[in-house]
Amino acid sequence: MLEFPRWKYALILVVLVLAALYALPNAYQKNPSVQITPSTSEARIDEALKTRVEGLLTAAGVTSVGTEIDENHLLVRLHDSDAQTLASDTLRPELGENYSVALNLASTVPDWLSNMGARPMSLGLDLQGGVHFVMQVDQAAALQKRVEGYADGIRTVLRDARIGYSSVERRNDNSIGVVLTEGADVNAARTQISTSLASASGQAVGGSGPQITTEGNRITVRLSPGEISRIASDAVEQNRTVISNRINAIGVAEPVLQRQGEDRLVIQLPGLQDTAEAKRLIGATATLEFRAVTGDENQAAAAVASGNIPADSRIYYNDAGTPLLLSRRILVSGDQLINANPQTDSQTGTPAVGITLNSAGGKRMLDHTLQNVGQRLGIVYVERIPTVRMVDGEEVRSSRSVERVISSSTIRGVFGREFQTTGLSREESTDLASQLKAGALAAPMDFVEERVVGPSLGAENVERGLTAVLYAFFFTLIFFMFYYRMFGIVTCLALILNLLIVVAVMSLFGATMSLPGFAGLALSIGLSVDANVLINERIREELRAGMPPKAAIVTGYEKASDTIFDSNLTGIIAGVALYAFGTGPLQGFAVTLVIGITASMFTAIVVSRALVTLIYAPRKKLKSLAI
Amino acid sequence: MKIFPLTLVPSGTRIDFMRLRHVWVAMFLLLFVGSFAVVGLKGFNFALDFTGGTAVNVRFDKPVGVDDVRERLENAGISNAQVQTFGSGNDLLIRVRGDEAQVSVDGNTQLAQDVLAAASSEANPGRILSTESIGAQVSGDLRKNAIYAAIFVLVGFLLYISVRFEWKFAVVASVTTLFDVMVVAAMFSLTGREFDLTVMAGLLSVMGFSINDTIVVFDRVRENFRGVRAEPLEIFNRSINQTLSRTIITSLVFFLSVLALFLYGGGSLEGLALTQMMGAVVGTLSSIFIACPLLTYGILRVTKQDLLPKAKDEAALSRRP
Repeated sequence: MLEFPRWKYALILVVLVLAALYALPNAYQKNPSVQITPSTSEARIDEALKTRVEGLLTAAGVTSVGTEIDENHLLVRLHDSDAQTLASDTLRPELGENYSVALNLASTVPDWLSNMGARPMSLGLDLQGGVHFVMQVDQAAALQKRVEGYADGIRTVLRDARIGYSSVERRNDNSIGVVLTEGADVNAARTQISTSLASASGQAVGGSGPQITTEGNRITVRLSPGEISRIASDAVEQNRTVISNRINAIGVAEPVLQRQGEDRLVIQLPGLQDTAEAKRLIGATATLEFRAVTGDENQAAAAVASGNIPADSRIYYNDAGTPLLLSRRILVSGDQLINANPQTDSQTGTPAVGITLNSAGGKRMLDHTLQNVGQRLGIVYVERIPTVRMVDGEEVRSSRSVERVISSSTIRGVFGREFQTTGLSREESTDLASQLKAGALAAPMDFVEERVVGPSLGAENVERGLTAVLYAFFFTLIFFMFYYRMFGIVTCLALILNLLIVVAVMSLFGATMSLPGFAGLALSIGLSVDANVLINERIREELRAGMPPKAAIVTGYEKASDTIFDSNLTGIIAGVALYAFGTGPLQGFAVTLVIGITASMFTAIVVSRALVTLIYAPRKKLKSLAI
Repeated sequence: MKIFPLTLVPSGTRIDFMRLRHVWVAMFLLLFVGSFAVVGLKGFNFALDFTGGTAVNVRFDKPVGVDDVRERLENAGISNAQVQTFGSGNDLLIRVRGDEAQVSVDGNTQLAQDVLAAASSEANPGRILSTESIGAQVSGDLRKNAIYAAIFVLVGFLLYISVRFEWKFAVVASVTTLFDVMVVAAMFSLTGREFDLTVMAGLLSVMGFSINDTIVVFDRVRENFRGVRAEPLEIFNRSINQTLSRTIITSLVFFLSVLALFLYGGGSLEGLALTQMMGAVVGTLSSIFIACPLLTYGILRVTKQDLLPKAKDEAALSRRP
């Protein structure tokens, strides 16, 4: 009567082993460390650098645990966070701009564990500190870009309507000046322009929309103050969305992204101390520009030599430093890009990026390729890299843009919205695709502040939180052992396994533990206790009703299971809703809660029953239960 | 006298909880309305997460103690300042709550200067590295999401319990849960403590705990309605008594473990632990005194028919000529 299928014992053993293995990495302390990454292509990570760094640290009186060279960075492990601060303060000015020196927490998990995908749970910003950025959005640039877009649209409609014009230009005050050729139909031009503007800005001309004034054959378009501020504000919002996608790509569980003031974004990346990597992903405002090739390498080299560059062209260089002449006119720009995926070119088998444009971009591409099959199309990769220089002891922040031709392939056929660009390395194609896919920034951004949140408060919070949870846990265990005796011990084992499973699952999925996470843990321990209390009380009740012990156990578990199921499922509903609607910290709470509840159903109903069966099934003449 | 089994609540209690049900329900209504009044009138002492505010980053010549600065700020009349180290030991981040309506950062410069003046001492002067403000719109989003989440949870409860039990139980369970959260929120409001994100997590976990308690009692009510031939009032009483020992043991263990969180968890977890402690007490009392009595009033009155499997009735109906 009191029996339990063998496969369930096997399942429990498997779960126990897996949970123990994947929870194990959390037992390894992390080393405070300093990570040195090259920030320019000349900088090398080699033995010479290692010796130099070790020399510098010895001179400054810092003793390290060890220095090691990983794939593309040098890692100096240190004893404590004071040594870490001292080491980074020593190394940063000495290594200069070629290297970036970042604080990091290096894992000490042995290789055999990490090879299995086991890793420690990351802790939230409130528990261990993390990276804090403030980025400033260049709203003037956003406005300029938008107005240039409008001017471009005006040129197109005038050309299509065959109205002659000598110039359409953005003026410095962000108005657009149109000069028509003599004898052109000014009224027709005006109508065309207002239709084009209305569709581009989404507002009718006049009133609060753009204003058009005519004077002879000159037409002036002015944006209303309302629209200007809307463009500026939209730019910040769009960048915020883009950044939020990029942060998600970094894989931080509870990032904080807040708009601060007019034109700034605050980014907090808990658990991450490698500022170099984060900055590269967030800050590198990479975009693509498609430009027609106006002169090949030979003509370009000649133009560079003579200094005689055609007025409609500019010199661009590729990675190898070979010049190329490209049109000044941007055919399609990054903000017309909808999607970009790393692919393998089906014809050559080389890495490629598949690109999808929006309809406007696609139409322009179609128009261009229709007339230019056999001509070459250049793709320019533009990256804005923030720099910090020390001038007279003051930090001067600026940025430089790096423009390089990444592809200048021949247009093989007519294409529109979807096409491929090749000629990248595997790493470059993945990198470029992910940055492009994250969306185009509406305006350039710069980091105006970069901080590492001090781990002191976090360490304190972790210590206190852990002490509290341990006290709570041990109290619960002792209470159960006295109150339910043998069944209490079983309950305790189930609770310990429950905690182990929660930690293992959270570690496995790379979830972030935060202060609200502790609350989730406490609540899930509470619910797990409840499941066990329900079972034990039910068994007592059946015993009092005069049932024989073994039958009481079976009935107790069966009747309690229904109740446990109902009460826990409502808990899961709460968790799922919280996850769906919550922001970062609340999601952490919800995840812990849901995992905890699920684990507690398993441990209370399956594991404790297995143990009880193991203990009592072999006893032939069972007269009473220690409950 | 036998020591084992240990029992906190004597077995076979027969307390007539339903006799005074009008009193409990009257108290329930009074407290419910009162809680709304307290939350509405007194409101919460919202923390920076919700109000927005100003953060000042100060660098000192020498390493500086966080507690010293906090005390000096307190003395200078800048209350609610959160002080934490930022980067190295010489840098401090001092965050000061802004006004509820603060959207722009205009007042920020003056405030930053005040904070600096208060935080520095002659022996260890500081200078401002940066000042920043959290806009009110961000915190507005946070509040809106919290309310959406609470509504979603309640609707989820309503649907699930309606399917598994009956709509009357669903309504009562959800109302009881809402009652628990409101009472705890009102109590928290009265303490005047800072309402931050962790407190919100605490309040939401009260919802989980409270529904759990209520469901266990209802589950027994359903079982007894189906298996026992007795008047509804008698069934309610019997169900509450049968689950009483479980309710009290669970709540006690939960309360004591959260008490450990309150005692040892430090300042950051205090608010959270406090809400959960209050939630444990209120949730337990409401599941004993309020949930079942509510099932005897007006349209919420539960009868045996409500809980008998519906399929049989329909099958019986269809067999009729």
